[in-house]
Amino acid sequence: MKVRALDRKLLRDLWHLRVQAAAVALLTACGVATFVGSVTTWRALQRSQAGYYADHRFPDLFAEVRRAPGPLAARLAALPGVAEVEARLGAYGTLELERAAGASITARLISQPPGGSRLDRLHLRTGRGPARPGEAAVGEGFARAWRIAPGDALAVLVNGRREQLTVVGVAVSPGTIYAIRPGDIFPDDRHFAVVWVDEATLAAALDLTGAWNEVGLVLAPGAGAPEVVARVDRLLAAAGGGGAYGRDRHVSHRFLTDEIRQLKAMAAVIPSIFIGVATFIVSLVLSRLVATQRAQIGMLKALGWSGAQVAGHYAGMVAGMALAGGAVGIGGGLAMGQWMAGVYARYYRLPELRFEGDLPVVALALALALGAALLGAAGAVWRALELPPAEAMRPAAPPTYRPGLLERLGLTRWLSQPGRMVVRGLSRRPLRAALAALGLSMAVAVLQISDFTEGATSLILRRELEEGQRHDLSVTFTQPRGPAALAELRALPGVLAVEGVRDVPVVLHHGHRSYRTGLRGVEPGARLGRLVAADGQVVPVPPSGLVVSRQLAGLLAVEPGGVITAEVTEGRRPVLALPVEATVDDFLGAGATMARAALSASLGEGPLATGAWLAIDPARAGEVRARLAARPGVLGATWRAATVASVRAILDELMVTYMAVIGLLASGIAAGVVYNTARIAWAEREPELSTLRVIGFTRGETWRIVAGEVLALLVVALPLGAVLGVLAVRGVAAAMSNDLFRIPAVVGRGEVAYAAGLTTAVTLAVTLLALRWVARLDLVGSLDRRD
Amino acid sequence: MTGAPRLPVFQATGITKVYRMGEVEVRALRGVDVTFREGEFVVLLGPSGSGKSTLLNVLGGLDVPTAGSVRWRDHDLAVPDEALLTRYRRDHVGFVFQFYNLVPSLTARENVALAAEIARRPMTPEEALGLVGLSDRLDHFPAQLSGGEQQRVAIARAVVKRPDVLLCDEPTGALDAATGRLVLEVLAKVNRDLGTTTVVITHNASIAGMADRVLLLRDGLVVQEQLNAARKAPQEIAW
Ligand SMILES: Nc1ncnc2c1ncn2[C@@H]1O[C@H](COP(=O)(O)OP(=O)(O)OP(=O)(O)O)[C@@H](O)[C@H]1O
Ligand SMILES: [Mg+2]
Repeated sequence: MKVRALDRKLLRDLWHLRVQAAAVALLTACGVATFVGSVTTWRALQRSQAGYYADHRFPDLFAEVRRAPGPLAARLAALPGVAEVEARLGAYGTLELERAAGASITARLISQPPGGSRLDRLHLRTGRGPARPGEAAVGEGFARAWRIAPGDALAVLVNGRREQLTVVGVAVSPGTIYAIRPGDIFPDDRHFAVVWVDEATLAAALDLTGAWNEVGLVLAPGAGAPEVVARVDRLLAAAGGGGAYGRDRHVSHRFLTDEIRQLKAMAAVIPSIFIGVATFIVSLVLSRLVATQRAQIGMLKALGWSGAQVAGHYAGMVAGMALAGGAVGIGGGLAMGQWMAGVYARYYRLPELRFEGDLPVVALALALALGAALLGAAGAVWRALELPPAEAMRPAAPPTYRPGLLERLGLTRWLSQPGRMVVRGLSRRPLRAALAALGLSMAVAVLQISDFTEGATSLILRRELEEGQRHDLSVTFTQPRGPAALAELRALPGVLAVEGVRDVPVVLHHGHRSYRTGLRGVEPGARLGRLVAADGQVVPVPPSGLVVSRQLAGLLAVEPGGVITAEVTEGRRPVLALPVEATVDDFLGAGATMARAALSASLGEGPLATGAWLAIDPARAGEVRARLAARPGVLGATWRAATVASVRAILDELMVTYMAVIGLLASGIAAGVVYNTARIAWAEREPELSTLRVIGFTRGETWRIVAGEVLALLVVALPLGAVLGVLAVRGVAAAMSNDLFRIPAVVGRGEVAYAAGLTTAVTLAVTLLALRWVARLDLVGSLDRRD
Repeated sequence: MTGAPRLPVFQATGITKVYRMGEVEVRALRGVDVTFREGEFVVLLGPSGSGKSTLLNVLGGLDVPTAGSVRWRDHDLAVPDEALLTRYRRDHVGFVFQFYNLVPSLTARENVALAAEIARRPMTPEEALGLVGLSDRLDHFPAQLSGGEQQRVAIARAVVKRPDVLLCDEPTGALDAATGRLVLEVLAKVNRDLGTTTVVITHNASIAGMADRVLLLRDGLVVQEQLNAARKAPQEIAW
């Protein structure tokens, strides 16, 4: 039973290499876990999204118009390539809720036909859909934020009319997965509600009886979206409004899809780093093992073992490490995936989460882990396979050294002998040294990625909330009001300055593109609210014409000099042609700003304001608060400090856990690379290091050679890691940016210093371990070694 | 130096060394009393396993005895104090081994400099390599040197610090006769020119002719001591 003896050797070798084997298994486990976790999450979300869309009939194309006569829907349905059409009514209004008195709540109103809609159908959480006039279903987010249940009463102000409604159900729908007030940056469930109401009620309120203003279309199988869009646009031209668009420009779809896309990117990047480092460590450990076991290999072959059997023996050892790590990683990854997918499903309020075990993903992860480990082992296994037995039994000739490039340049002239040992040791195995440095630099890069989010959000908050918004208090009026209202505010004791703001909800059109957002009018020389670009430059608001955010300019494909059509969606619903004067390269939102006077003139109204920015004497803040609460014309007042604090709190809470996890992972990578590099440097050097000890080098002096090798790698890894980190941060920032946020790729000196500092600290800590190895050197025993 | 009264430098009394391997005890030394004098050239003979290397390691501060006392001048070598023993080796002892133990990544000159850099009053590496006749091999790496040359580099590395004691464990064990003689010549020359107390372990009884004194070990004891009236030159040694 030869196999059993060889297997016993395998187990003993594994035991002997247990720390390295554990490092490989751990890194493999991390790689497999992050891979399985993110791929299963991503697939679960994708399946859940697809299932949700299919079950609830999410349309393929959408269009919004000002007014389309009812029969136009039938003509749309008759177009080639269109399978199904459903027209409906949609509007924005203000919502009143007794328990939310004083809060300014925007309502997105959507009509429901008598039997319930056929497309973009409601998924009811409780109750039923609106069936009679005066009934409403509300979106789940808003319902939870205010604890609304069927039976509750609310009112909506739409098109100047007040409708009293009774809640009959709480629901979600595929078109409202990401529910956000146009012009807003974060979803705000307390101040934004989706409300489904009976069709007749909404038609009456909007004066659109017998007509519609929104339509969803399902494409016939095989129909080309662009051709159908062109046909639809031709039919709808007379109805006014923007052209038809596909799911790719549907806000809700876009956000969820972006998130899924980011997960997909994550599923590729993070596991590759772990598995790559594991591969490197396998190659280190195994080449060393084969080198020290030369004689054993020769003996095995001399006894009659075939080269393939011997090679299989070493490959089996590596497979053992990878599979052990893989098994742990799969368990962890499935748990992580289920948890993450659950978090996402709750966040996006998906009606069901389709999480499956995903056998192919698990199998792929295992195959990747195993493949990577065997790849790492390939060189060493090949050498074991090729080794002629007679040669293997002779002691290895002393390794050949040659003065390297550094020395030919004369750069090592000033090094001590131990210094030269370090330099030559590294330059003799340049590939290995390079890989080790690369592994270490990965740790630096990962840390930079983790730290960058903090820097980026700080910068966004500083630009947008501190340098941009410099007021203390932002006041919203119940309805647009004239200069007298501003003067009254200015007269309040404690109010130092007042600037009026006119916000108008609009749909902006340019060419065939359109975007629903807010148009804001401000004083051209406003001091309390400014447009601040990413680089800190203040962009002045011109006396006429628009300043649009860079995001919006991109969405509408418009540049300064172009003209945007703004369709106002309230009041008399005028349509304005506004020239774009400038863009502002800011971080948040996709909005447009112009001078308040010019906006009023375009709207054909007086100098009205919908709200104001106030500068307050801090000593009298309480007094101002009390007086504002008593004013009937004031709908709400928001303290900027409170906004900053709450945004900060949310971000900090997320960041702390996130940073801790990433920091731990990166430290693990650094420790794994350093430990194994040091361990191998040690193993190879052990004979000569004991010689140094014999001729009188102290422990410290001997240790410095091992430490020197590791520190030399660190010196290369830090700048390399800094550069990789910057590239990675750019990639992550781009992946995380969307219509509403632009995440800056911030890599400051602080971020680099943190990443470099932590990596250095871990490296030094691990290097200190080598002191123990030096202390344990067997001086007498090492003298008999022939290598 | 011959003729002048020689002071004892090493004094070992009743040293024993016991290796414990699980249940089994191996008594490598069983109460050795021995004295070495300044400038003396001593050869240790004895069958394999008789304790020669063990004794040499104790003298060199690489190992401490299980019992008994051993001193070199005012250094107590029986106390297991790592730092003190390192200090002793660094300042006073040169070692030469059967398997050279050169650092493969350093040239001949650099291997010698390795020892010179930590010594108190070393010669230059070039001088030391001159002493062993390797002035023309300064920048060769070990892989580019023959066995005899490697051994001479090892001797140069041992003597560059001008050690008070030179301890050699089978320095010619891996060499052929001609090369072996060359190495012995170098050892004799160092002993003569620098007055270094030299202890050489060998299995070649004829080398004993070179020595002032020959000690024969058996089973961990010094069983015989022989004084040579006249030392032979290395060339006269039969191999
Ligand atoms: N580290 C050790 N552990 C256990 N026993 C040891 C150890 N070192 C030496 N011995 C034993 O001590 C005894 C003396 O060994 P030593 O190496 O001193 O012999 P030696 O005279 O130098 O032999 P050789 O001529 O073969 O080199 C031997 O029996 C040996 O097996
Ligand atoms: Mg011996």
